Amino acid sequence: MRYLPLTDADRREMLAATGADSVAALFRDVPRDVWLERPVDLPHAMGEIEVERALGRLAAKNLPAGAVPSFLGCGAYRHHLPAAVDHLIQRGEFLTSYTPYQPEISQGTLQSLFEFQTQVALITGMDVANASMYDGATACAEAMMMANRLTRRHKAILAGDLHPHYRATAATYARFAGQSVVERRPDPMAEDDLAALLDGETSCVVVQNPGCFGHVRDFSALAAACHRAGALLVVVVNEIVSLGLVTSPGEMDADIVAGEGQSIGNPMGFGGPHLGLFATREKFVRQMPGRLAGQTGDADGRRGYVLTLSTREQHIRREKATSNICTNSGLCALAFTIHLALLGEAGYVRLAEINHARAVAMAERLARIPGITPLTPSFFNEIAVRLPRPAAPVVEALAARGVLAGVPGGRLWPERAELADLLILAATETTTEDDIAALAAGLAEALR
Amino acid sequence: MSEWSKALAGSVAPVEASAPTLSGNRGLMLEEPLLFEQDAPGRSGVDLPPPPPVADRLGVLRRRGPIGLPGLSEPQVVRHFTRLSQKNYGIDLGIYPLGSCTMKHNPRLNEKLARLPGFADIHPLQPQSTVQGALELIDTLARWIKVLTGMPAVAMSPGAGAHGELCGMMCIRAALDARGESSRRRVLVAESAHGTNPATAAACGFTVDPTPANARGRVDLGALRAKLGGDVAAIMVTNPNTCGLFEDEIVAIAEATHAAGAYFYCDGANFNAIVGRVRPGDLGIDCMHLNLHKTFSTPHGGGGPGSGPVVLAESLARFAPLPWLVHDAKGFRLVEETSGASAQALGRIKGFHGQMGMFVRALAYMMSHGADGLRQVSGDAVLNANYLLARLGDVLTASFPGPCMHEALFDDRFLAGTSLTTLDFAKAMIDEGVHPMTMYFPLVVHGALLVEPTETESRQSLDGFIAVVRGLAERASRGEVAPFHAAPGFAPRRRLDETAAARKPVLRWRRAAGSERDAAE
Repeated sequence: MRYLPLTDADRREMLAATGADSVAALFRDVPRDVWLERPVDLPHAMGEIEVERALGRLAAKNLPAGAVPSFLGCGAYRHHLPAAVDHLIQRGEFLTSYTPYQPEISQGTLQSLFEFQTQVALITGMDVANASMYDGATACAEAMMMANRLTRRHKAILAGDLHPHYRATAATYARFAGQSVVERRPDPMAEDDLAALLDGETSCVVVQNPGCFGHVRDFSALAAACHRAGALLVVVVNEIVSLGLVTSPGEMDADIVAGEGQSIGNPMGFGGPHLGLFATREKFVRQMPGRLAGQTGDADGRRGYVLTLSTREQHIRREKATSNICTNSGLCALAFTIHLALLGEAGYVRLAEINHARAVAMAERLARIPGITPLTPSFFNEIAVRLPRPAAPVVEALAARGVLAGVPGGRLWPERAELADLLILAATETTTEDDIAALAAGLAEALR
Repeated sequence: MSEWSKALAGSVAPVEASAPTLSGNRGLMLEEPLLFEQDAPGRSGVDLPPPPPVADRLGVLRRRGPIGLPGLSEPQVVRHFTRLSQKNYGIDLGIYPLGSCTMKHNPRLNEKLARLPGFADIHPLQPQSTVQGALELIDTLARWIKVLTGMPAVAMSPGAGAHGELCGMMCIRAALDARGESSRRRVLVAESAHGTNPATAAACGFTVDPTPANARGRVDLGALRAKLGGDVAAIMVTNPNTCGLFEDEIVAIAEATHAAGAYFYCDGANFNAIVGRVRPGDLGIDCMHLNLHKTFSTPHGGGGPGSGPVVLAESLARFAPLPWLVHDAKGFRLVEETSGASAQALGRIKGFHGQMGMFVRALAYMMSHGADGLRQVSGDAVLNANYLLARLGDVLTASFPGPCMHEALFDDRFLAGTSLTTLDFAKAMIDEGVHPMTMYFPLVVHGALLVEPTETESRQSLDGFIAVVRGLAERASRGEVAPFHAAPGFAPRRRLDETAAARKPVLRWRRAAGSERDAAE
């Protein structure tokens, strides 16, 4: 077996050193009635060629989004990844290192996490960010839990246009923590008056910008209303490229930002691994979940970085920890940091401008198709439209013609028949004029 | 010795290793400022065309003022991260014997396959007819996991081990609620457990009651029985445990737990010790997470991403979170709502369908080894650990008599009277070019040193490690403590002041007040 270095001679000599007469003897603490004498019923070892062939066959059964015009979004976006990103994250010193428990020989990971935290704080307009969470949905749930701890209240209000997977994840976390959520009805046409729902029990209001139907909104007034009511405002951003162009949550006076960072540095990968972003105000930092890199000095007075404020964390505080999270999304965070370093301020803003321009072009083109009703007057790179019939079969029909036309409402809200006619479409810098033409032609024909 | 090296030996004076250089660099060890300190406004490492002019549809929400991101070119960025990478230790460089972390070789085939566009470049909400291969891969991996663990069901979506624990404990809570036994709120957690276990139980609304270990480093069955009662929801036990020992009374533990009406959560972090040789399903457990980034070698990446599928007994399977994956005449299909068979499902615990990129890597790893190879994995992992135990037992102090499983636990008695701590010993290992073992965990022994070599270390690598540890232990016992207190002296940094970092946290870079760009703003 190519990954196992011991030879039979090694094994014999090493066994002799242990004093055991067989490997099985080393397992003598295992009760004999549960000990397997033979390999389990699974295929035997394969060489690289065979494994590559078998998994290549499975990969070939899928339709890569990059092979066709694709307009899928809703929390996972297809952006161009500069070649340097994937090259650098595959350096073995990054790829094959563990959580930086020995800081003297982990400065690469720690400094890049410090840079990551700074980048996330800058683009969200917040004071501090952590070293990442699993994904946007779990970051959102953890933000709600943190707001509950900070306010000592137990009711969170979730906006109707919060991504349904985020809503569901928050609801699951709340249920088991003995907390409650008020879930507003998703409606692309209505602007929810969330401030009217605030009461003395409310820990936080969770909103998403851009919302799941694509709307961009100003939540400054809601932030003020939350603060008057002693509650916090949590803003979810799951298309992180938007912050190159759209007013940041920090500028709207948000208290916690929960984000999905996949768009920068990371492939869609069928939904994971992605990159949870988590940022907040300085005064709340000791209630934050997750790892934090911090700056310090070494014995010679040189600048260096360590994991810090660990007394919040499970390995120190056990059942009193702010979260049970341990492993997070380190390498995805590194990819994010490298991609954003390459972009820089000028590139990040331009990337956002191109995304917006492509989406405007798409929206204008779709608005001219008879039967399509645009629903999103102000947006970043994603819009919702209403079709004259259920969207899922239309999407299937276009997929058969080689166009991934967007996400049908029925996929995200299977229980809400009134959203079945909805189609949510995103455009990015990878979207071409030809792609938009193919989409428009396909939709026009399918709706004829 | 060659003529050339003889000549050098005669002509070059020895240097003091810590003598400062003009630049602060030391040969290939290059100092590297932060990205933010290399900024030139307007510069970018990505060429993007100017956007076509369009009428803005942002409403009033256009961001004002600079964000503050630094501008660098591609060569600067590549050099920056290459230099940073050289300040990191990785399994690619040498043995990484962190106990209960299972730092094994990460095959590059797995990286290559995970990057196939058919896996990496598919959207989670594409029509399911266009991702049948991805769903088949998840189904295949689920089957391997079920066969290897002897369990009937598996939830694939958890993002890492601790998230898997959360998922499992939520299933247990849901099952108790469904039984009308919501009053069961106490969870017994073994003293030697990872911190994630009690933190997870608390996050699920349980109270944590620590269960002591006996003198043999295992769960004290008598004490456990005494604690079991009508208010106990579950027990959480790691097997093999974090002392590197198989819980030899595990079947009795399971029986006592079930007799008391509670569930048995097993932490599967140490599954590498028994893969292919023992099926947890045969031990009477109800629920266990696997860390694909441990046993099945998906890379740790400096702290993730991981993947933590949870195997479930029949009694818990119907509570597994969404989505479910089913196979019918039309092919593979994701169940994404609670209705019919999935009416009692937990709902979601994460976005989308799980860590697909990790699934590809883990399945490639499993298929490469096969049933026979995986059995060899646990055999070699346990042999390597016992070899270290045998060869180090006379200079370190083993906490428990062998044989051990995949990791060997030592404590700091061997340092008694030397003024040295486990930390000093670990830092001296760094100077020898070896990553230290896990320090100060588990908490059940004093000054723990937990060594897990894994099966991918060669005999030569183990012998090199043994030579370093023996040499250091002998040096300590001779009272030569100065090099330990000064260590590390040859790493990119010497000991870092963690107390200062926590007292006055600096968690991000900020531009110095009054700097040029501030003035421009």
